[in-house]
Amino acid sequence: MAENDEPLVKIRNLHFSRGDRKIFDGVDIDIQKGRITAIMGPSGTGKTTLLKLIGGQLRPDQGTIHVDGKHVHKLSHSQLYELRKRMGMLFQSGALLTDINVYDNVAFPIREHTKLSESIIRHLVLMKLHAVGLRGARDLMPSELSGGMARRVALARAIALDPMMIMFDEPFTGQDPISMGVLVTLIRSLNDALDLTSILVSHDVQETASIADYIYVISEGKVVEHGSSETLQRSSSPWVKQFMEGLPDGPVPFHYPSLDYADDLLTGSRP
Amino acid sequence: MMDKLQQLGAATLGVIERLGRGHIFIYYAIKGFPALALRPNLVLAQVFSTGVLSLIIILVSGLFVGMVLGLQGYNTLVDFGAEESLGVMVALSLVRELGPVVTALLFAGRAGSALTAEIGLMKSTEQLSGMEMMAVDPLQRVVAPRFLAGAIAMPLLAAMFSAVGVMGGYFVGVGLLGVDEGAFWSQMQASVEIDEDIINGIIKSFAFGIVVTWIAVFEGYDCVPTSEGVSRATTRTVVHSSLAVLGLDFVLTALMFGE
Repeated sequence: MAENDEPLVKIRNLHFSRGDRKIFDGVDIDIQKGRITAIMGPSGTGKTTLLKLIGGQLRPDQGTIHVDGKHVHKLSHSQLYELRKRMGMLFQSGALLTDINVYDNVAFPIREHTKLSESIIRHLVLMKLHAVGLRGARDLMPSELSGGMARRVALARAIALDPMMIMFDEPFTGQDPISMGVLVTLIRSLNDALDLTSILVSHDVQETASIADYIYVISEGKVVEHGSSETLQRSSSPWVKQFMEGLPDGPVPFHYPSLDYADDLLTGSRP
Repeated sequence: MMDKLQQLGAATLGVIERLGRGHIFIYYAIKGFPALALRPNLVLAQVFSTGVLSLIIILVSGLFVGMVLGLQGYNTLVDFGAEESLGVMVALSLVRELGPVVTALLFAGRAGSALTAEIGLMKSTEQLSGMEMMAVDPLQRVVAPRFLAGAIAMPLLAAMFSAVGVMGGYFVGVGLLGVDEGAFWSQMQASVEIDEDIINGIIKSFAFGIVVTWIAVFEGYDCVPTSEGVSRATTRTVVHSSLAVLGLDFVLTALMFGE
């Protein structure tokens, strides 16, 4: 992967707001092919919103997003759906269909988009499930899966149509150490084995830094730093340092803005 | 004063905007109908869950409504010595009015609320979003078959409601109160017209089926994706579709039977 390759996802001057709140205020991001690029930032910085913008589920107020050379928000409905067939997305909740079992969940996109026979679909589904280690769980219903297993099934479903890229929305949140380790390994190994491009949105610094080839740190609508994880660890920005090291106080204060503590205690009754 | 006016304006705009969204929504769902011709199983499964699973409540209600009609009708008609017209009275009340209307109200409570809750929960658990990202349009895959199934199931349920109701009227009128059996059936046969009564009743129930299912699927799809949002949407489905059925019934009745 040479540095000067045309990026798979090219975001330029992205502006997006919800009501009066600005979520993105001129963001530029390049996602290079074949790599794992992480987008990090504190909760509520719009990381999930960014994935929805890339997937065309939301429209930006200003700016452009190109995926594989195509301007996502200028595509027709059918062109956008054609593009989405080549994009996998792993939701934080897994977003499995709750009324069908694991096998049918993984088979769902294949059945919807191809006319393959059931015997071929069976092979494909079992291969995908084997890749995430859950071939034996094919008959379970989503309600019988643990959070980590549900995410692995969702991962098998996301790679069912052999996409060119996968977007991971907070894959490590709420996982026990073992599930976390499994997911970290799976994301790295699937990315390399299937020659995917991965976009990983997360605020779990250690796990993300251990597998990401390139990291963007977003705060208050802007990219505050980007580079490899080593570059970020050495960053001179106090904000990035606080975020990467998980310090409780720093440029992001521990206390929500408030009156002076002593004044507040001495004012007697509630205002 | 200005505040009040502003609020009124904002509320009115909100309602109009929502109506507009509802129409665009159903337009895209209907665009998915041709694709359903290739996958009739999707519709059949929904006809089962909206129609067949509503059968018990519809049949039991129909029986009791018919029995009450038989009893009340007999008490009024016997004063004029016209109790032999009981069959006509029961049949016309059911086919023209009570069959379509009561079925639609029950359908809104049984199947409509279930549709809203199901789609609302799919939205709040990101299943609809997940489908979109798998390049499967939820309007065509989830909404279209449910909408079509509701419109198919409703006239069938109303017909069964009326048929069972007539039987209920027969049991009470002929069986218990001693109305002449021959008169009961022959007067009914002579007075109930296919095009005037039956067809109009079917048109009504078809229209109610479309309206109730439309409201139910839209409320689910448009709900706030939280548990409170889903519960409010479910309530709105039952309230709005019941009111819509009763209002629309007046309009249709005026068009069909008003001279």
